[in-house]
Amino acid sequence: MAFKHAVVIGASSGIGEAVARRLAAEGTRVALVARRHDALAEITIDINSGSDEDLAIFRVHDVRHTVEVPELFQDIARSLGGLDLVVYAAGMMQAVEFDEYDPAKDLAMIDVNLRGAVAWLDPAADRFARLGRGTIVGIGSVAGDRGRSGNPAYCTAKAGFHTYLESLRNRVARVGVRVVTIKPGFVDTAMTRGLDGLFWLISADRAAEIILDHARRGTTVAYVPARWRLVMLIIRSIPSFVFRRLKV
Amino acid sequence: MTVLPADRIARVEGWGMAVGADGYLVQPTDVEQVTEILGAARSAGAPIVARGAGCSYGDAAFLPEGLVLDFSRMRQVLVWDPATGIVDVEPGVTVRQLWRQTLPDGWWPPVVTGTMEPTLGGGLAMNVHGKNNWARGPMGDHCIELDLLTPDGTLRTISRDIEPEVFHAVIGGFGQLGLITRARIQLKKVHSGFIEAKAVATPDLGELLQQIDDAKDDWEYVVGWLDAFPGGSKLGRGLLHFARHLSPDEDPDPAASLEPTNQDLPSTLFGVVPKSVLWRMMKPFTNDLGMRAINLAKYIQGSTIGNNAVYRQTLAGFSFLLDYVPDWKKVYLPGGLIHHQSFVPVAHAERVFRAQLEICRRRGMPSYLAVLKRHRPDPFLLTHAVDGFSMALDFPVVKSRREELWAMVRELAEPVVEAGGRFYPAKDAALPGELYRATFGEGQLDRFHALKQRLDPDGVLRSALADRLLGG
Repeated sequence: MAFKHAVVIGASSGIGEAVARRLAAEGTRVALVARRHDALAEITIDINSGSDEDLAIFRVHDVRHTVEVPELFQDIARSLGGLDLVVYAAGMMQAVEFDEYDPAKDLAMIDVNLRGAVAWLDPAADRFARLGRGTIVGIGSVAGDRGRSGNPAYCTAKAGFHTYLESLRNRVARVGVRVVTIKPGFVDTAMTRGLDGLFWLISADRAAEIILDHARRGTTVAYVPARWRLVMLIIRSIPSFVFRRLKV
Repeated sequence: MTVLPADRIARVEGWGMAVGADGYLVQPTDVEQVTEILGAARSAGAPIVARGAGCSYGDAAFLPEGLVLDFSRMRQVLVWDPATGIVDVEPGVTVRQLWRQTLPDGWWPPVVTGTMEPTLGGGLAMNVHGKNNWARGPMGDHCIELDLLTPDGTLRTISRDIEPEVFHAVIGGFGQLGLITRARIQLKKVHSGFIEAKAVATPDLGELLQQIDDAKDDWEYVVGWLDAFPGGSKLGRGLLHFARHLSPDEDPDPAASLEPTNQDLPSTLFGVVPKSVLWRMMKPFTNDLGMRAINLAKYIQGSTIGNNAVYRQTLAGFSFLLDYVPDWKKVYLPGGLIHHQSFVPVAHAERVFRAQLEICRRRGMPSYLAVLKRHRPDPFLLTHAVDGFSMALDFPVVKSRREELWAMVRELAEPVVEAGGRFYPAKDAALPGELYRATFGEGQLDRFHALKQRLDPDGVLRSALADRLLGG
């Protein structure tokens, strides 16, 4: 199944950018949404310079401004001429000290990783359910599988996002709409750059390739790369009193 | 800027089910609501596409992400005068509704389509024709006046006397200049619910065209069918059907035959099989081999026992052939079907149609149903008619060959343009815009664009068809 019209929220860098580039390379008309105008403009021009037809458009939007979404959502669908794939790839992970409790920092992560997702994917699910088709992809994280001591709000936001996506799927699967939860491990993006202890690092482009493959197949929950499934199975099964003593 | 009602999103398709798009479907019940919708579209910055019953085969009545203004609930016959045969209708009144109301009084719509489902608003916007185009012209020729609502909210009445230029461009202007909110139509007096029909077989295309031409002044309705499968000397072999209305003394009991219930098509086949399941029985034959056999069988029947048969038939039975098998188009699922109808001046018709049939044969995509008609020019700005013939072709859409089929339509169209022919937007789904535009004379499209600029300067009224053919 090839997607015809897609929107990628969080498309100015990392996985979102890579997904948008790959979609356009496959001939999908794609809208790039993110906060940073210059980065978006540059990527969009770059994508469009590679083909005869202008496949990419962009819209500047901060996902924390949820009130803008309904209008922007329709504007994008109209500008693309349709919509059959929505990818929520906006994500934010702030460095948090082990003994740091900063509500402003933590709430910002919840805003970007979870509230923004709900603001975008509610109208997407509503539209797709009415039409009886469409694919929603949410970029979660392996971090959402466990409440790690390192970054409570990030883990919480991703866990909440996973649960939200599962609920959406349980609502709309019966009418033929697909909701794909992606849980990437370590991907070489600005978010992970400079972090210690990374392993199995894959490029954003490779991640995008795997993600779109899952999107086309309608996988329900996919770890990227797949080997994380086993790792997270083990990690999830560690009893809480043991997990608490581990440095993860 | 506001947003369109998200709960109105729906998949909207052409009748052939091969093309469609998602849009926001609204179904107003009166002019006031239409005006409100115009306001809402304006504040949301959304384009509007007008839709009747959705009987255009292709992309005339949808627009990706547009506000689809579906007129099918504005379906009141406003005024009916049985003394004069003049009727005022809302745009969503269908051909079916119209004849059922007027036939008992002895009036029949002078131009009807092959199915009775289209709305009159849609029929006038596409300026449709019937099997009597030579004798009666298109539907627009029988329209006395129209109420036209333009996107700025102005309601005006137009006719051959009031703003005639607008009148002749709105009819056949596929909904691009304004919304038809009322039409006044002159019907035709008939003296019986029956017609007299005659069927004749013809061995090849040349003969078929000749006989249509010979019969055009003697018979009200003339329609040719041809078997598009064989080539060589049998290319274009077919059957002709002529029909005429009865004169006052020919029907001993006109009151009975004019009664709509006596016109109704039977709902069962052989009195047993419900017709609603018939399309499922046709499905196994909907492939090249099956259709070759069906076309051959039809020709053999028509050229032997059916040849030269003269018979009486109900008006509805003769006119609405496409309604015989409910949902028959579903045999073409999952891909749907597209249609292509070319109009070619008399002098070039045989050559062009022969070339088209050969193109289909060479590409291995034969038409499953091919129909020929005779036409005459009419005074409408974007008219599709010429003094000549038309050949209408149905093609099944198979996913794996879709692009090839679209390319074939281009190839079919090229000789038509070269011969000074025209195309029929009501049936089109695949014609490249530059070929459509090439069929118009100097300044003709400029006049249309000038009217568009005057009546809809913001380009609110659009359709996928208009974007494709007129260049958006």
